[in-house]
Amino acid sequence: MSNDWYKKTAHEIRDAVRAKKVTALEVTESHLARIEDVDGKVKAFTDVWADAARNQAKAVDARIKNGEDVGVLAGVPIGLKDVFCTKRGTTTCCSKILKGYRSPFDGTAVERLQNAGAVFLGKLNMDEFAMGSSTENSSVQITRNPWNLDCVPGGSSGGSAAAIAADECAITLGSDTGGSIRQPAACVGCVGIKPTYGRISRYGLVAFASSLDQIGPFTKDVEDTAIALNVMCGRDPKDSTSADLAVPDFTKSLKADVSGLRIGLPKEYYTDALNAEMREKIMDAVKVLERQGAKVVEVSLPHTDYAIAVYYIICTAEASANLARFDGVRYGYRAPGVGSTQELYTRTKTDGYGPEVRRRIMLGTYVLSSGYYDAYYLKAQKVRSLIRKDFTDAFEKCDVVLTPTSPTAAFKIGEKSANPLEMYLSDIYTISVNLAGIPGLSMPCGLVASGLPAGIQIMAKPFDEETILRVAYTYEQKRGFEMGTPTAVK
Amino acid sequence: MAKITKADVEYVAGLAQLTLDEATKEKLVGEMGDILAYMDKLNELNTDGIEPTMHVLEMSNVFREDEVQPSLDREAALANAPKTDGEYFLVPKILDTGDE
Amino acid sequence: MKYEPVIGMEVHVELSTKSKVFCGCSTNFHAPANSNVCPVCLGMPGVLPVINKRAVEMSVMVGLALNCTISRWSKMDRKNYFYPDLAKNYQISQYDLPLCHDGFIDIKANGTSKRIGITRAHLEEDTARNTHTIGGGDSGVDFNRCGVTLLEIVTEPDIRGAEEAFAYLTELKQLLRYLDVSDCNMEEGSLRAEANISIRPTGTESFGTKTEVKNVASFSGIQKAIEFEIARQAKLIDEGGKVVQETRGWDADRGITFSQRAKESAHDYRYFPDPDLVPIVVDEAWEGRIRESLPELPQARRARFESGYGLSAYDAGVLTAEKEMADYYEAVVKQGCAPKQAANWLSVELQALLTEHKQELTASKVTADRLAAMLKLIEDGTISGKIAKEVLLDMFESGKEPKAIVEEKNLVQISDTSAIESAAREVIAANPGPVAEFRSGKEKTFGFLVGQLMKATKGKANPQMANEVLRKVLKETE
Ligand SMILES: [Mg+2]
Ligand SMILES: [Zn+2]
Repeated sequence: MSNDWYKKTAHEIRDAVRAKKVTALEVTESHLARIEDVDGKVKAFTDVWADAARNQAKAVDARIKNGEDVGVLAGVPIGLKDVFCTKRGTTTCCSKILKGYRSPFDGTAVERLQNAGAVFLGKLNMDEFAMGSSTENSSVQITRNPWNLDCVPGGSSGGSAAAIAADECAITLGSDTGGSIRQPAACVGCVGIKPTYGRISRYGLVAFASSLDQIGPFTKDVEDTAIALNVMCGRDPKDSTSADLAVPDFTKSLKADVSGLRIGLPKEYYTDALNAEMREKIMDAVKVLERQGAKVVEVSLPHTDYAIAVYYIICTAEASANLARFDGVRYGYRAPGVGSTQELYTRTKTDGYGPEVRRRIMLGTYVLSSGYYDAYYLKAQKVRSLIRKDFTDAFEKCDVVLTPTSPTAAFKIGEKSANPLEMYLSDIYTISVNLAGIPGLSMPCGLVASGLPAGIQIMAKPFDEETILRVAYTYEQKRGFEMGTPTAVK
Repeated sequence: MAKITKADVEYVAGLAQLTLDEATKEKLVGEMGDILAYMDKLNELNTDGIEPTMHVLEMSNVFREDEVQPSLDREAALANAPKTDGEYFLVPKILDTGDE
Repeated sequence: MKYEPVIGMEVHVELSTKSKVFCGCSTNFHAPANSNVCPVCLGMPGVLPVINKRAVEMSVMVGLALNCTISRWSKMDRKNYFYPDLAKNYQISQYDLPLCHDGFIDIKANGTSKRIGITRAHLEEDTARNTHTIGGGDSGVDFNRCGVTLLEIVTEPDIRGAEEAFAYLTELKQLLRYLDVSDCNMEEGSLRAEANISIRPTGTESFGTKTEVKNVASFSGIQKAIEFEIARQAKLIDEGGKVVQETRGWDADRGITFSQRAKESAHDYRYFPDPDLVPIVVDEAWEGRIRESLPELPQARRARFESGYGLSAYDAGVLTAEKEMADYYEAVVKQGCAPKQAANWLSVELQALLTEHKQELTASKVTADRLAAMLKLIEDGTISGKIAKEVLLDMFESGKEPKAIVEEKNLVQISDTSAIESAAREVIAANPGPVAEFRSGKEKTFGFLVGQLMKATKGKANPQMANEVLRKVLKETE
């Protein structure tokens, strides 16, 4: 029997488990062994639930033995970004302030995965409270890019991305507030989608910026993305912002056919700021789709240049309130020896947060404070309306918008940490999607000369994940190359 | 917009319940100043008459019915508390009053 | 100098939804500490609020009853401040678009009617309770109350004195009780009132510096606190001092207000719309349905009691003060009892028993049906009013039907002329002295003889007949 189940996609595993060609336990063991082999280098996991995973796998096997329906993720090993509330293990957002915190509940997405037969392997590294683009802001460890261990895997869901690229999990879960799924997916060469705001319940996702946060999967191929979306999407009464819309069967979108589809290339994204090599990779991908019958049209997203400013006002403002609850009263870290409630707060918060989180709380508090609300927060929300309208207008002319995911391939660890503004500017291609609430998917489109993956981003109208999947699937089938196993974990 | 001052940083830190050392304050004056200056580019845009986006989805009236659901056991509620007597969450003596 | 007080009131009232405003926890006040809590109201990571529809409806009911405009479109905002009783360190409240705004309520104070403007009534969540009685120098926090539905009702600065403030609170409480949206129990904290008080020289228009008096446990306490505060401010200004804007507590034992907030922190609440909650749209149809569901309100009922039942303004006021009392009264009258007699028996006789035994009307064994049955026994002459008092007391204690009591105790009034006549003859024979006195012109002695006759019949003789028959027999035997 093959012991390289860890290389397989989720649908391959699921089919084999259901057909009793392999047991869920064998698959889980294969992944646990893989984690043992490579995670010392990659450092994607912050907590591996080996025994619990084995038990979960055994339970799946028992149900199969009894002829029960085991769901579309039967025996599929899944890793969770540590931003998801789970009864098992701890939920820390890789912050000292939540060290040891045990959630009394499982979030909705986690619950739905579990009900579909998934096996959870453990928790994955991230930038503290999802604030960062490199996973360097974790209080636990720095995750490495499996293609080059000196490089970052992107962020904030760097652990989730790296775990897929390094074949440690079949599917991982991430969260995307300004690109935190798509940018790391691009950095490590896997598929990552941020669905439409409201598609997947945020209940159980520790909030960073509530109006921007969305949950999404990292997968090895587009089919797995469709399956994961099928499981997680849909109205949840626990989330007031979860859309009350029927969820289509996303696997029906997996057709290698884009004839007549209009692909919009926004001129504001293809400027000098875009690395030439990256541009070439994107244009190669566009050509693949053109050969399949898609038509390229130029579109304009005229307010692109303002997106970063809007984003960092809104996300820090919301975060400043969302993170206020970490105060050492009900859970989490409490600074020792505090003599007053005032001291309890200030010492707990000052010691408990890392510098990036403190910086964003400061910024967010500032833009909401008396006298600045209109100038910053309200202004940003108005410009956000302009950015949304840009997309509405663009989608009059095209069915999908195609852009690079990131202006450059993964950067070196430490390269940007000295200058926060520069780090913020690297989110330029991903944040508009969050501001507009539309879906966006990133998938690999080859390797640049340095041997690192390049990512292409596909966006569509709100709730039109189906068209994104169709384009992504077509490209994946017709691009004519495989990404293969990353060099550093071969 | 004027650049941020040390007094601004101290005021904001007070609101956010952070105690910053002098070096951090100085650093934040620079970093926040740069970022806020960058954000000022929004002033290039005329947004008169533009409605702010509070929600990207146009939803309203999402309610629950007035039904009692099970609460947590007290033990579970207090399980993560840094300090408790088994009944209450304990904090250093509260002196002044809150707000509503 | 002579000063005029300028007072605005903020009332926080807990609405009696069964579950909390953003989660399904019970609002039962008497639960053990930290047992009505869940991840949502404890502000645990990863949770989201979902609004209780009934909380919105109850808020709109209050708004309509306060003659407010109901916002077609409103939203929930986050009010950011740090305090141990606030689980998320922000309170979900309403900032610039409250559910209800620009209303009024009419009050009666100093014998005249006065209109108090209602600035707004907005929906928010209650905070936890802190206890300071824990050993070891700590305070304890109980989150049972955290997240209970709260409506904040704010008046215009229209109130001109402690008496008006008291009248406003009384009127407001009555309204809330009629709407059945709150038990308004100040001791349990389900109604909390704060007064913003300033004074200005009489005849001037500008506002003085205000102080905010909080944490008062009763309406009369508020009245006293306001009186004290007006006097304190006046003395301060007369002596050349200045009123400091601050929050002041009320020491009921010493009868004084005292500065409460050690350090007056700047109120920079950084309100912004809560991205976790979507807008609330109360369209005309919904508002209409809520309006139709409103019960008759106290002022309307008072007026109807006066005109419909011919009651005095005083009686109508007493009977409508509590909805339960008014409902009870109407249930009695509906059985065909004379309205004035029913009013009297309810508000005087039964009320006296209730007060004496510290009992609630709704808990009394004297149900409206039983009281009505008793009143009918009086009306049809079965028992006298005097006997009825005895029957009422028996009913109050035993819960028996009045008819059963009358039969059991043989209390049926004697209306048989011959029986009364023979008793009269006996009384005359047994009291020759008083009879002679009466006959010599001392009319007063007649009362004594009637008393003797009633005694002889154990009080059951129809009083009117006793009078007539005794006079007749006295004449015959002269
Ligand atoms: Mg309030
Ligand atoms: Zn609760």
